[in-house]
Amino acid sequence: MDIHRTNVWRPLSRLRAELDRQFGDWFDNVPLVSSAGQYPAVNVWEADDQLFAEAELPGVAPDDLDVSVVNNELTIKGVRQERLAEGATVHRNERGAGAFTRVIPLPYEVDPNGVQATLRDGVLLVSLPKHEAAKPRKIRVAATGATG
Amino acid sequence: MTAQMTVEPAAAESTRTGRVYRPLVDILERADELLIVADLPGASADSIEVRFENGELWIHARVAPRPGREVAYVRQEYGVGDFQRVFQVSETVDGNRITASYDHGVLTLHLPKVEAAKPRKIDVRSGR
Repeated sequence: MDIHRTNVWRPLSRLRAELDRQFGDWFDNVPLVSSAGQYPAVNVWEADDQLFAEAELPGVAPDDLDVSVVNNELTIKGVRQERLAEGATVHRNERGAGAFTRVIPLPYEVDPNGVQATLRDGVLLVSLPKHEAAKPRKIRVAATGATG
Repeated sequence: MTAQMTVEPAAAESTRTGRVYRPLVDILERADELLIVADLPGASADSIEVRFENGELWIHARVAPRPGREVAYVRQEYGVGDFQRVFQVSETVDGNRITASYDHGVLTLHLPKVEAAKPRKIDVRSGR
C-alpha cells in the first residue's frame, strides 16, 4: 500500500526555485540589450577639432569598464553588477544587468595618446583628438566622484 | 561615494520646457522594506527631487543638457533630458522613513514597511 505524503510547502518551494532560476539567469552575465538592440546607446559628435563619444552607463563602476581605441574604432566594454536583488522579491525589473560590448566606428583615425575618458554620475565621456593612430591602446578611465 | 538625501516636503512645480524621460526602474521587496532603484544618468544629488504624498511617490531629476553647446553629430542614439516618474505606493510603507541615495548615476530609494506589515514569525506552542 502506498502512503502518499502531502507536503504543502513543496509547490511553494518549487515556485521559489523556479523564480530563483529565472532571476538568477537574468543577473548572471546576460548581455544587456537596449530597445535599440545595442547597449549602451552612444552619441558621437565633433567639436574643437576633436571627436567626443558619450554613453549612459548608470550603475557601472569604473573598475568594471574597459575603454579602448584602435585606429578608427572605439570599444566600450564592461559589466554592470547588480547585487540588490539577492534575497529580495523582484516586482519589476526594467534595468537588467550583465556584460556588454560595443564597438563604435569613428569617421577617421584618432590619436590614442590623446584620448581621455571620464565617468561621472553614470555618464561616460570619451574625447578623441584627430590624429593618425598606430596600434591599440587601453585608456584608463578616470572616475570623478559623484557630487554631494 | 554616495550622497545621502532626505525626502523634501512639497516644492513648486518646474515649468521648464524640454524633453522629459521616464527612467528605468527595478522594484524589489525585502522583509522590512521596498526598494526602488532608478537609472538617472547625468543628474546630481541636488538636482533630484523625491516626494511622497497621498500614497504617491514622485521622482524628478533635472539633467543639464549634454553637450551644452551646438555641435555636429556624427551619431545620435539617445536624447538628454530631465527624468520623471510617479508610483502608487501602498500604505504598508512608512512615508516618514523613506531614504534616498544617488551613486554612479543610480538613485536608490529605501521605503521601510510599517511595523504591522513586516512578516512576523509566530511561535507554535504545543498544547499539552
